[in-house]
Amino acid sequence: MNTTVENQTANNHLTRDEYVAPNVDIFETTDGYVLQAEMPGVGKDGVEITLEENEITITGRRTPETVDGEALFRERHNADYRRVFELDPAIDTAKIAAKVEQGLLTVTLPKSERVKPRKISVD
Amino acid sequence: MNLIRWQTPGLSNWAGFGRLSSLRDEIEQLFEAPLAEFTRTSQLLSGRTPALDLHEDKDNFVVKIEVPGIKKEDIDVTLQDGALSISGERKSDEKFEDAKVYRSERFFGSFQRTVSLPAPVAADKIKAQYKDGVLTVTLPKTEEAKPKQINVQVN
Repeated sequence: MNTTVENQTANNHLTRDEYVAPNVDIFETTDGYVLQAEMPGVGKDGVEITLEENEITITGRRTPETVDGEALFRERHNADYRRVFELDPAIDTAKIAAKVEQGLLTVTLPKSERVKPRKISVD
Repeated sequence: MNLIRWQTPGLSNWAGFGRLSSLRDEIEQLFEAPLAEFTRTSQLLSGRTPALDLHEDKDNFVVKIEVPGIKKEDIDVTLQDGALSISGERKSDEKFEDAKVYRSERFFGSFQRTVSLPAPVAADKIKAQYKDGVLTVTLPKTEEAKPKQINVQVN
């Protein structure tokens, strides 16, 4: 589920960005949803979260690393991370919050108040 | 393996042609890409056996391993007989113990990687740093292990 995003620049050149999909965990509590995405190598400045209609796009750009000497063995990749999710309409988009800690992005998506069960008093 | 482009003058002006030729490029890439490209996108190297890079410059060996979302105290770095071992455990967050789970792709549990170093290192000078989920271990080489220039005498 890795994605490729194509962009047409002003000179009519096609640029292609290759992204890897990060592993995510999604939970639901009574207050809302929590999404945790693993993006090693991405710091606070590298995270970009955009909302469009009912879709949320999470992009993580790795902080560039200085290469020390010669590579003897390489398994890590240099690609940035990207993944798109469809939102439950019950989510209050204005209250979405996110934080990054040691390459783990945690996004909290609270449900809007009117959707939560509540009692209505009778006069 | 190269696929030769065949183009008639009429076809090259067709709006859809650009997309077809990029499809051809993609198929060509599929045949030419080294095998490493495929393993990169698979999930083999995450979780129980995290992805690891080993670099060498004239003074140090540098090992980088990707272990996001772990507490510093849950990571163990040991050096024995010239082999560096990195192990630890990713514990699940108690906050979400009772929550309903929609998706669970992250790996929880213990992980371990061991890498043999090609030359001796000064064990007391090893440094390890954990930043943005990447653990970087810098191992300075012993003096004997550093490259030396030998002058050639000509008689």
